[in-house]
Amino acid sequence: MIEKAVGKSTGPTRVALTGNYAAAYAAKMADIDLVAIYPITPQTTIAEKLSEFVADGELAAELIHVESEHSALSATIGGAAVGARAFTATSSQGLELMHEILHIAAGLRLPIVMAVPSRALSAPISIHNDNSDIMNARETGWIMLNASDAQEVFDMVIQAFKIAEDPRVLLPVMVTYDGFVVSHTVEGVELPDAEAVRSFIPKGKWHALDPSRPSSMGPIAGPDWYYEIKFGQYHAMRDSIKVIAEVMDGFGKKFGRNYSPVVGYMMGDADFAVVTYGVTWGFVKTAVDRARSMGIKAGAIKLNVIRPFPSDAVISYLRGLKSFAVVDRAIYYGAPSPGPVYTDVASALFMSGHAVPALNVIHGIGQRTMYINDFVEVFKELTKLDESKVIFMGVRE
Amino acid sequence: MSSPPSWKELVIGGTIIEPGSTVNVRTGTWRTKKPVINQDACTRCRICWEYCPEGIIQELDKPFVSRKGIKYAVTYEVNYDYCKGCGICANECPVKAIDMVSEYE
Ligand code: SF4
Ligand code: SF4
Repeated sequence: MIEKAVGKSTGPTRVALTGNYAAAYAAKMADIDLVAIYPITPQTTIAEKLSEFVADGELAAELIHVESEHSALSATIGGAAVGARAFTATSSQGLELMHEILHIAAGLRLPIVMAVPSRALSAPISIHNDNSDIMNARETGWIMLNASDAQEVFDMVIQAFKIAEDPRVLLPVMVTYDGFVVSHTVEGVELPDAEAVRSFIPKGKWHALDPSRPSSMGPIAGPDWYYEIKFGQYHAMRDSIKVIAEVMDGFGKKFGRNYSPVVGYMMGDADFAVVTYGVTWGFVKTAVDRARSMGIKAGAIKLNVIRPFPSDAVISYLRGLKSFAVVDRAIYYGAPSPGPVYTDVASALFMSGHAVPALNVIHGIGQRTMYINDFVEVFKELTKLDESKVIFMGVRE
Repeated sequence: MSSPPSWKELVIGGTIIEPGSTVNVRTGTWRTKKPVINQDACTRCRICWEYCPEGIIQELDKPFVSRKGIKYAVTYEVNYDYCKGCGICANECPVKAIDMVSEYE
């Protein structure tokens, strides 16, 4: 049934997929030309599924078996550098090993798409999920989308190709989501019609190497040149938020599932809100309902985009509130606040001139269980909050 | 030589799409001291011309008569667009005819 749904024009089909398989199916339906990939928990099933597609002749992509993630992204860059639609995926230590090359992919302005099911970082070793790995990659120049379930993973990988290859953008895009909780959970996913996907993301053209127009990619740039090249990169990243919103809008019109860089839940009359990303979104929405039944005017927002930080949309939700919380599933060691996204939200708010007391909730570190009622407690705390502070939720004193 | 282009005119990613980029990159901006040849003291031995790692000391067909009345057929001049200020010429000049002069005074 799945085979029928992919590659041929059969109309949308609903199938059961894990988040990782959703990423692999999306890459396949995007008709990628090249995948260079190295296995790492919890990403491995993407590598397996794509290898299977290629071995079975369902995907006509060059599959490169590499010896590390550093090489995986390097080979992916090579593919994109010659104009191939190139895809890879990794997690955790793999993303760390890629770190040097992350900057190079962005600096070369190559429209690579990478799926990253997130996982806590060593040491101590943890194969479990938190967002330490992806948060560590925020300043590498990649656009970062964040999905909360398998359907969003599929949809965002499709959107990612369109965003990355847009001539106004030409930046690599990471589709991040929670390891195991999303990557390995089987959910119903609607696979759109293959032709509809292809017409939504026709293959783009960029400054690729071409023997008929010789060029040199990745040369040295001295002090007279480097700054302007990097400013161009900064500018493309900053302005990409408009393209991201446009692509998400177009996706909704074509496939009937609506996306925007930031989504709100019960925010219309909310006095208190929790800012989330990833799987926390599901818990928090239920906590909003429970808090509302207790008479608290609760709401929540979810960031579908981590980079570029969607400041305007976030501020428009938060500026009139009595207080809000940001739940971070990563620790930012030694920073003014321990939560990376809290730090982003706080600086966006500061720059917009709005002051709202804000709670930084650290939770779910190394996949410590989060309960819905934990977030009901957060709403209760918000009703009393008069100055900003940090809570390490559930840590044993 | 015109100044380097604005960020809007640069090819994204710093990709070089035409030959001649070495000519466009003026290594002269690296310099903190510039070599100044004292044409009176210079004996036209050509050693600086040979040693300059950038190859930008120019042997020009400009006749010159020194204050002592010595006649030379050529003059050595530095192309400051590309002289990176390494000082090798000054170090090698056997008659110390080259001074390294600060760019900031
Ligand atoms: S300072 Fe160095 S680069 Fe400049 S002319 Fe002398 S040897 Fe050549
Ligand atoms: S090395 Fe000194 S003397 Fe010889 S040509 Fe150069 S400046 Fe003149």
